[in-house]
Amino acid sequence: MSEQAGPTQSRLLRGVHRTVTGLHPALESMLAALIGLLVGAALMYMWGFNPWRAYWALLRGAYGGSYEWASTLARATPLILTALTFSVCVRAGMFNIGAEGQMFMGAMAAICVALFKMPPGIHLIVGLLFALIAGAAWSIVPAVLKITRGVSEVISTIMFNWIARWLALYIAIFILVDPSRAEKTLTIPVSARFPILVRGTDFSYSFFLAVFAALVLYFVLWHTTMGYEVRAAGLNPTAARYGGIRNKRTMIVSFLLGGITAGLAGATVVMGMPPSYAAFGGGAFPELTNIGFDGMAVAMVGRNHPIGIIVASVLFGGLNAGGRVMQFYGSNPVPLEMVRIVMGAIVLAMSIPELIRLFPAIKSQGERLVAALRRHGRPASKEGSA
Amino acid sequence: MNWIDLVSLLRIALHAMVPITLTAVGEIVGETAGLFNIGLEGILLISAFAGALSAEAGGPVVGLLVGMGVGAVIGLVFAVINTYWKGTQMITGIGINLFAMGLVAFGLIQLGAPGFHAVPRAAQVIKWKTAMGAMSPIILIALVMPFLIHWFIKRTRAGLILKAAGEMPEAADVAGINVNRVRLLAATFGAALAGLGGAYMSVAWIGSVTKDLSAGRGFIALATVVFSGLNPLLALLGGFIFGFFQGLAEWVKTLPSKPIPSQFVSMLPYIVTLLVVSGAIGRVRFPKALGEPYKRE
Repeated sequence: MSEQAGPTQSRLLRGVHRTVTGLHPALESMLAALIGLLVGAALMYMWGFNPWRAYWALLRGAYGGSYEWASTLARATPLILTALTFSVCVRAGMFNIGAEGQMFMGAMAAICVALFKMPPGIHLIVGLLFALIAGAAWSIVPAVLKITRGVSEVISTIMFNWIARWLALYIAIFILVDPSRAEKTLTIPVSARFPILVRGTDFSYSFFLAVFAALVLYFVLWHTTMGYEVRAAGLNPTAARYGGIRNKRTMIVSFLLGGITAGLAGATVVMGMPPSYAAFGGGAFPELTNIGFDGMAVAMVGRNHPIGIIVASVLFGGLNAGGRVMQFYGSNPVPLEMVRIVMGAIVLAMSIPELIRLFPAIKSQGERLVAALRRHGRPASKEGSA
Repeated sequence: MNWIDLVSLLRIALHAMVPITLTAVGEIVGETAGLFNIGLEGILLISAFAGALSAEAGGPVVGLLVGMGVGAVIGLVFAVINTYWKGTQMITGIGINLFAMGLVAFGLIQLGAPGFHAVPRAAQVIKWKTAMGAMSPIILIALVMPFLIHWFIKRTRAGLILKAAGEMPEAADVAGINVNRVRLLAATFGAALAGLGGAYMSVAWIGSVTKDLSAGRGFIALATVVFSGLNPLLALLGGFIFGFFQGLAEWVKTLPSKPIPSQFVSMLPYIVTLLVVSGAIGRVRFPKALGEPYKRE
């Protein structure tokens, strides 16, 4: 049949072949997500839950309608920003695990706007500036320690996360505390809040800030000299140095960019998440905790690419939003923490390169498909040249 | 500060040293063979939880053994991904940590007490009455283990094979050593020690499980490994230093007059870790093939 196939059909098939290989990373991310969900299902089954019904509740709670979509995107917003933190540094060849601490600092700095009055809009921008400066300041120290003293950024950023957590608790309890309610900080005034995008939901304009940040970082990394240097230093630091790239500068730049986005992530939570518009020091920050760590999972599934991160954040925002529905779902209430188990399993699966190759059946099927496509493509190309 | 305070401070420091030293020494074995596991934090957390549950079912010794076993299983998963499947070690470790945070929080909720689970006294390891007060016998293991590992790495043929797998896997392979199997065993053993440290925390020391029981100890252990430059004896010293400052933080919190806000006291171990690590780097040399999956040509 292949011999009779016209040139149009074979060109079409070659197009499919190219698309399939181009989609390879996306397919692997999807496979990893599937593995994560299966691990979660197995654990739920072991604990006596019905995984099928739990996931059904999660799916409906995440993508079941416009309210659910709004909730998903609202939870995706800070994840996009912390994922950018991780991915910029991975692109520069470093593992910045400090998004959590930088985000805490950003959130605390953003709450400072409650101390003074300003016209609406400007107040919001001032708050964002505070947050990004605080995030950048908190991330610059690990970068400097790495450059001057050779301290591994994995260790220093984690230590800074813990220091930030206790510092934020101190600030929330003693400095920015709400005089009438000791368990929470001051409330962000209306003039410094992100306007709500969809009435009745917690989906605010902060989502556009996150998407804008992703697009800016995409532009910086792929369309500027500085971004090129950052990526070159990440791919091969030695070669980059021979090429005249100052690695120390790329380290500082990537950490600064990461700190800025992480700080903004903290700001989007306190300034764009109804109903509280405050941080709860009394409950050890339930709204903020783990956004930095979840961001790492988003970055990996998004293949450390800003556009991929936006797509992946919809998956993880959906897990968080749907998880909140799942935990109250009738006779089968699965705690929200199951979502983080699934995320961990997804990251574990993502750490395996060529994940698809681990499954001989999938591999042989894929090879057969590729071989079939090649068979279809080749004679036609010969005909074309003849 | 009087004499009794000093003794009690030393006692807390020795107890706080155990998980850090055991984890660090285990990680030294893994890193000598070329595997860099940053999932130690998660291993500590999961094995503390599993150890507590099984200690309540079968007694303290069972709890410690199950903790070790759970640690070994996680280490095995980590090692298989990063030897035979050529994974990225950092990302595997991050995955283990995320997974552990979810699993333990989930398990605690399932036990009916969100965030806190006390281990009954009957299920805890008995503490010895000594001149310094009640001491856990596990401290002895933590004191002896670094010497054992030091002897193993420096004085035995197996230790040499371990170093070869981390320094120059190609040469080891040519000499007929199965590099991946050596690394697998090393990482599994190291994670089992971390598992013992985790189970110690819940079964023999603190006596409860919370979702942030490990409190960065896995990463402090990593810092200890950096500080020690892969020398188990220095890891013992480093573990004691970090344990001392954790003990100091705990001790300051118990003072009736509150000289410093407790939040700042809680930061102390992390600040000290940063300072020590920034001071120690420079003279440290790590195995050449650390963090690289071995690919046969």
